Formats: sequence, C-alpha cells, structure tokens
Amino acid sequence: MAVTAEEFAEEASRSVLESVVIRFAGDSGDGMQLTGNQFTLATALAGNDLATFPDFPAEIRAPVGTTFGVSAFQINFGAGGISTSGDTLDVLVAMNPAALKVNVADVHAGGLIIVDTGSFSQRNLDKAGYSANPLTDGSLAKYKILEVDMSRLTRESVKDLGISAKEALRCKNMWALGLIYWMYGRKRKPTVDWLTTKFRKLPTIAEANIAALNAGHAFGETAEMPAEVTAYTIPPANIAPGLYRTVTGAESIAWGLTAGAHLANLEMVFCSYPITPASSVLHNLANMKQYGVVTFQAEDEIAAACSAIGASYGGSLGVTSSSGPGVALKTEAIGLAISVELPLVVVNSQRAGPSTGLPTKTEQSDLYQAVYGRNADSPVAVLACRSPGDCFDTAIEAVRLATKYMTPVILLTDGYLANASEPWRIPDFDSYTPFPAKFREDPEGFHPYLRDPETLGRVWVKPGTPGLEHRVGGIEKSYDSGHISYDAPNHQKMTDVRAAKIAGIANDIPLQAPEQGDETGRIAVVGWGSTFGPISRAVSNLRAEGESVSHIHLRHICPFARNLGDLLKGFDMILVPEMNNGQLVTILRSEFLVPAEGLNKVTGQPFKIAEIEEAIRARLENRS
Amino acid sequence: MNVVTPPAALTPKDFTSDQEVRWCPGCGDYAILKSVRATLAELGVEPRNTVFVSGIGCAARFPYYMETYGFHTIHGRAPAIATGLKIANPELDIWVVSGDGDSLSIGGNHLLHVLRRDVDLQFLLFNNEIYGLTKGQYSPTSKRGTRSPSTPAGSIDNPVSAASFALGCGSRFVARSIDTLQKHMPTVLKRAHQHRGASFVEIFQNCIVYNDGTFNRFTERDIAADNQIDVVHGEPLIFGADRNKGLRVRPGSLALEVVTLGENGIGMDDILVHDETDRILATMLVAMDPPEFPVAIGVIYCNPAESSYIDHMRTVPAARDSSQGKGDINALLRKGHTWTVG
Ligand SMILES: Cc1ncc(C[n+]2csc(CCOP(=O)(O)OP(=O)(O)O)c2C)c(N)n1
Repeated sequence: MAVTAEEFAEEASRSVLESVVIRFAGDSGDGMQLTGNQFTLATALAGNDLATFPDFPAEIRAPVGTTFGVSAFQINFGAGGISTSGDTLDVLVAMNPAALKVNVADVHAGGLIIVDTGSFSQRNLDKAGYSANPLTDGSLAKYKILEVDMSRLTRESVKDLGISAKEALRCKNMWALGLIYWMYGRKRKPTVDWLTTKFRKLPTIAEANIAALNAGHAFGETAEMPAEVTAYTIPPANIAPGLYRTVTGAESIAWGLTAGAHLANLEMVFCSYPITPASSVLHNLANMKQYGVVTFQAEDEIAAACSAIGASYGGSLGVTSSSGPGVALKTEAIGLAISVELPLVVVNSQRAGPSTGLPTKTEQSDLYQAVYGRNADSPVAVLACRSPGDCFDTAIEAVRLATKYMTPVILLTDGYLANASEPWRIPDFDSYTPFPAKFREDPEGFHPYLRDPETLGRVWVKPGTPGLEHRVGGIEKSYDSGHISYDAPNHQKMTDVRAAKIAGIANDIPLQAPEQGDETGRIAVVGWGSTFGPISRAVSNLRAEGESVSHIHLRHICPFARNLGDLLKGFDMILVPEMNNGQLVTILRSEFLVPAEGLNKVTGQPFKIAEIEEAIRARLENRS
Repeated sequence: MNVVTPPAALTPKDFTSDQEVRWCPGCGDYAILKSVRATLAELGVEPRNTVFVSGIGCAARFPYYMETYGFHTIHGRAPAIATGLKIANPELDIWVVSGDGDSLSIGGNHLLHVLRRDVDLQFLLFNNEIYGLTKGQYSPTSKRGTRSPSTPAGSIDNPVSAASFALGCGSRFVARSIDTLQKHMPTVLKRAHQHRGASFVEIFQNCIVYNDGTFNRFTERDIAADNQIDVVHGEPLIFGADRNKGLRVRPGSLALEVVTLGENGIGMDDILVHDETDRILATMLVAMDPPEFPVAIGVIYCNPAESSYIDHMRTVPAARDSSQGKGDINALLRKGHTWTVG
C-alpha cells in the first residue's frame, strides 16, 4: 500500500524495535481488558505476531484503588515469532498507584513506566499502601517515568460533550490507548469503529471515547516528551500467509467442540456449571444454537456431567466443562460413562488449587486428576491444548476419539489459555476429514456390548431404535451378552478390554516428533499444555547458541504416542517444566523408567522464558 | 393390496425383559413392576420409544426388568441423566425410577431441579422409608426414632415429606399410590403419563426385610378404608369403610378437619370437593397423616399448563445472528475482525 509523504516522514522518524512487552494496569473498573483487547487487534492488523496475558483480580469489584482490585493486560508483540506474553515489561501503563505498586517489579531496569499523575492523590497512595509518593521519593530511579495527568487531559478532551465528570473519567483508558497507539504507530480506525458499534445506543459516549483516544494520540505527537520516550516502529512479522483473527482459548475450544460435533455429524449438548475460568467456554457456546449446540446450565457439576452422559446415551455428543474442583465432583459420573462406554468430552480449564486456590490464576495441576483421579481401574483418554489456537484442533481430536472409541476424553486447558489471545490462521473447515458417528440399527445378533474388533469401541444405539431395546448401567456386564454379570473371570476380561481400548488409541494418533531439535541429543525439554510458548522460545534461544536441546510437547497424554518412550531414551537428560509440583514428570518416569527431572512453578503465573532457559543451561553446564 | 394389519395389542409380557427379577420375596417392588408393565400395555406405548432411567438402590434395579430402553445410572443422579437424555431426544418417553434415599438424600438437589424445570417425564419415587440396598439404614423419610444399624438408639432427624417437597419444588403434577393397590396405581400412572411436564408419583412401598409394615397405619386391610382417602377431581373428599367421613375446612381457620356425615348437622354440602388444580388444597392434602387424618392418595395436584422447557431450550432465537449461514463452521470462524497476511 502506498504511503503518503507525511506518513513516510513519520515512519522515518521512528526507531525500529524487534519486539515489545507492554502491560496495561489499572483498577478493575478502568477497562484495562478492553484496552488490551483493542491494542491486540490493532497490533494484529499491523502484522506483528503477538501473545497476550490478561490477569484478572479474584474479586469481582474490589474497592476502587486497592492493590487487590488491580486488573492487568499484557501483550508481547514483534517482528519475530512471539510465543509467550513476555518475561519482563518494556512498558507499564499504570493508571493508579495500586497498579504501579502491584506491577512495578516486573518492569526491567531502564523500562518505561507511564503513570496517570491525576490519580496519585494522597487518598489513592494511602489505599495502595504507599507511605511516600513513589514518583517523588526516588524509589523508581532505575526506570524511565513518563508522568502525565491523564485524568485532567481526558476530562478536557471531552468537556464540550456535556457528559458527567464520572463518564468523562471513564474514557481515560482510551486516552492512554491513544498515547500508546502513537508510540507504536497503530491505526486508530478499528478502535474508532469498535467504539461506534459498541456505543451505538449512546452516541455521545462513543464520541467521548473517540475524542479521548484522539487526544491521547495527539498528545504523543505534539507534547514535548522526555528524550527517552520516542515513537517506534515494529516491522511486521514474517507470518505464514492466510486469513487471520485473534482467538482466546475459550473461544477456540468452543468452536473446536462445535466443529468436532459437525465432523461427527452429531448435535452437541454442552452441560456445565459456572466456575472460573471454565465459564467462558459455556458463555461462548450459549449463543450457538444455530450451529447445532444446545447448552444446559445444570444445578451443579455432577448434574452437568450426568446430563451430558444422558445426552450421549440419547445419541448426541455430550460435553461437560469445568475446572478442577468441579471435575472432582464429576468423577463418579465419568466412571459411569467409562462403564457404559459412551462418548463424553470433559473439558478441564485448570486453575490454581488445591480447593478454591487462586481461581483467576493459572496452573497445570489437574494432570493426576485427569489420568488417575477416579475409583477403580478406569482409563480415559487425556489430551492437552498448548495455545489458544491449538485448542481448536485439540477439541476436534477429543470429539473424534470420544466418538470413535466410545469413551470419555478429558481435554485439559488452563486459565491462561482460556483468557489469552493470539493471532490464529483461520483454517478451511472444508479441509477437515469428517468422522461421522455410526449408530447400530440392526437387531440381528445385537447385544449392547458388541465391539468393533479394531477399536474395541462398543456399539452406539439411539433409544428409539426399534428392536434394539436394551439396558445398560454401571454394574459389570457380561462380555458376551451385555447382561449384568458378577462372574469373576468376566470382570477381569472387561477390565482388560476397557484398558486395551484406551491403550489402543495409541495406534490412531501421530508418532511423537520434537517440535524443535533432533530426535536424540543432550537434553529434551518435555512439556504439555500452555507451557508450550516459553519452552519453545527457551529452546530456540539455546539452539541458536548451538546447544543440543530438543523440545517435545505432548498433546496426547493418555495414551502417549507409541514411540514416546524410545524418543525420550535418545536423550542424556530430560527436563519437564510444569506449572505444578511434578506430575507429568512422575508419569514419564513410571511409564518409561527414564531419569526425567522436573522444573516446577506454582506461583499462579506462567513460566518466563528466562526461567526455563536458565534451568536448561544449568543442566547443560553441570554435565559438561 | 393395501391391507394394513393393525399392530397387535401389547400385553404386560411385551414389557417384560428376559432378566430374572431379584428383589427379596415379598418386596413391594414386584407389585409396582407388575402395575407399570400393565399400565404401559394398556397405554399401548412403544417399547422402543420408552426409557427407564434409575439411580441406585433396590428400586433402581427396575429398568433391567423392563423390555424397553433402560439406563441404571448412579446414586441420586437419574433426574440429571434423564434431563440430558430428554434434551438430546425430546421424543422419548422417559420414566425415572428412584427410592426415597436416592431421590431425597443424595439426589435431593437433582429432584428439586428436574421438578422446577418441569422436564417432561414421569418420576416414580418408591418410598419405603428405609435404605434397602445398603441393608436397612434410616432414610430421609424415616420417622424420627427409627432404629437402624446406623441409628441404634433411634434416628434424630425429622423426616421429609416427599410430596410436600415436590409441591415446594413447583411440581405441576403430584400423585400418590400404594404398592398393593393394583387397580389404583395404573390409574395414577396413566394420568402421570398423560401430563405434559414433570409428573411426580410417590408410591408407598413395603420393604419386607428392613422396614416391614411401616405403612400399616394406613395400609392394613381392616383399617385402610378409614385411614386412606383416594382423591378424585370433582368429587367430594369422603372416605371411610362406611363412606361417611369427609374433609372440610375447619370454620374460622385455614386447616382441614375430618367430619362425619350426619353428625352435628354435617351434610354433603359441608364436604370439600377435590379440585386437583388447587395448589393450596394439595399442600394441605399431602400433609395429612393418621391418626388424625387419612393419607391422601390419587392425583392430588395437576396443573395442566403446557410444559415447554425442552422446546425453549432447543429453539433458535430467530433474529439472532441471521447473517451467519446456518451451521456453517467456516462462517463461524470468520465472524468478527479478520485480516489477511500475504
Ligand atoms: C455415591 C454412592 N453412595 C452410596 C451408595 C450406596 N447406596 C446404594 S443404594 C443406597 C440407598 C438406597 O436407598 P433408597 O434410595 O431408599 O432405595 P431402596 O434400596 O430402598 O430401594 C446407598 C446409600 C452408592 N451406591 N453410591
């Protein structure tokens, strides 16, 4: 596209950066998530690669100005491949003292902090727990500080519109966004369009927000900035061609499940009970009846799992979704689905525990729960999503396995993936291979536990089919007739066949290949789930230095790919970074008798690239 | 030649599976099973379209004995499973079979919700005031003071009234019968089946092993007529071996009382006429218990409004998102902001 002379001059005056990490932080009422989402969109449109990390307070509306009410949105964007939301901050936008206090430690030395001085009143400083004003007491000496009275400037920018002082101040986030747009050369048009649509019924409010956005932008262009604050340009990333959008993991799971149901030629009945951070999957699906999705908000997680099982029994795809505490409640029902061998997809959006734990913070600590957490020998398939976009394909895979093998499949995602967004190359759905579900209709030789000799999946019969009336239940059944059986050898046989069925899935999934690096070497870094980003970046950094490091990332956790044991044995060392106290690592050790070591972090925050990099480096140095 | 042979009338045998019934000899469940099979045959329902869903307990073995579709699930959760099944296929005719422990202890929550949502199914609660399958512990309907393996000194919990609970949940159909009433039960079951919405039927069921005779106070042959009242819509609430006792509203109060026809100037005009659509009357009727009152059986409450829970759930709002091709996943994925690279 041709640029005007003016634009060219502006571009030329900008310094070029490879990548930037910005965090917008403010009170939970300040609209930081909206601000972050708009910046994400503008950045995606500018052709950068990006990853985001929204961090919500646990309180719905904590008292204004307090540290526990701080809401933040972080984005890492750049010209290269971006795989995480970034380790340390280049820029922190702090809308009040509390936001500064909570987030300042994440800014690297020399990083830029933009503060709204208008919010640095004694009252707000007190509420944030500052005994002295950090802007004047020298405690921020190692950072660049840009002090702007955003509150006043925002009020001024909208003063002609006749809105209340409170409404005026609400536009402050757009003012800040305008300034950041100027700094990074972002186009305002998509945000202006979005505001116009969002406030269609309140045109004055739309106008005020747009005015504030423009004022923040104009401030950047015209105000005399401290020398170190300049405008930057970040060249577009080298991104594979295609049609893109941003997606959060919650959206992508919802769409993936829906897409999976279409490929299976089934209606989906999605049954759930609200829990953070799983609710967003329910919210995304609640509006999708026209895509063959019925949602049911059950009275609790037990009922959600049970109604999903009822739906699968009825010939629909039953899906239930929760977080760890809710999945704990579903456990007994999952056992029933295992026993009656019906498809069921159980989505677990993991969060920090135990018990209520840190509801809004992320963790990967429900792996044991997924793999082992039921009474008796009750194997299920377990899958894990690695990134917001990957949730789509992993959800389809969950539906495929559940329907083909007549089994519950547990799909692990986490709070980070659910909320984080990334640019996603929209696939062509027509290129996916359908896997239509088969229903038995032939009464000839029928009994309900007849199995497909290859998959060992049992027949699926829709109640309503004439001549196939039959009974199923959690009581053990005869391998030969499906009738109740307490026969001892029969129970052995049924236990074995249930196990063999799940183990056999290994023949139906791709062999495990390293994401990066060779199939043998000094160290394999093995991960699952949302640690994909930081592991892949840490490994690529070390590989760039010539180290013999490979990254192996698991989507299929139960069963594992059939070559995984051999693959692991080709490395001198195996490091397993996990946001738990060491779960995959013990499973790998017990399955394959390999000397895998854990790298564990349970702070509720994702791994930083540097943490993983250091851990790998330490091991490489120790042994050399 | 187009000679259509009318389908042969079904008999109870057509609803009898090849599974051996394994309740204790003398268990009230046998009589209920017999009544249900007879009812289905009389109704002429299609076995293929009929599903029995149960939780866990002696009562919950019921589906295995029916030649229909059946799902024996987990303790207390049958209402939730039945709800999911009904969502998946609203055409199915679903019967839930449950015990008092199953549906009022562990499953109390699910019973509450299936009734308040008014999912179209028949809910049969076999009340034996005891836990049968786990060998005789007291249940939530057991009378205070019930001695059981877990309450050797007598239970201290107050019992819940199943039918009062159902009314409290907003159930639009509440009826009662007794295991031994082989003529009565099918009439109640047919009404339950006919009703659109969640039909709640409490069946007093004798557990011969752990709680034998718990309902003797109104079921024993010689006293039954004086201690039961079979309520019939539009008919006066009279009962007794001599059909000379009746219920009326005690003057100056909001309570029922038992009066005797011909005594103190009481005539038929004084006796209440049963109105099954009267919720307040139903609330008073289900609370009655001997010795002061007879136990009410029959269709105690039936509010014939249309149930539409599943219909609402499945209806696609017309205006919503009409721009997106129906069911087109490619369109779904491309909704909102997109951009092209390269
Ligand atoms: C989760 C769970 N808890 C406990 C049990 C044990 N259990 C089986 S049946 C039952 C009580 C059944 O009593 P009721 O519902 O009154 O039915 P009845 O056997 O009298 O017909 C109990 C406690 C179980 N199967 N599952």
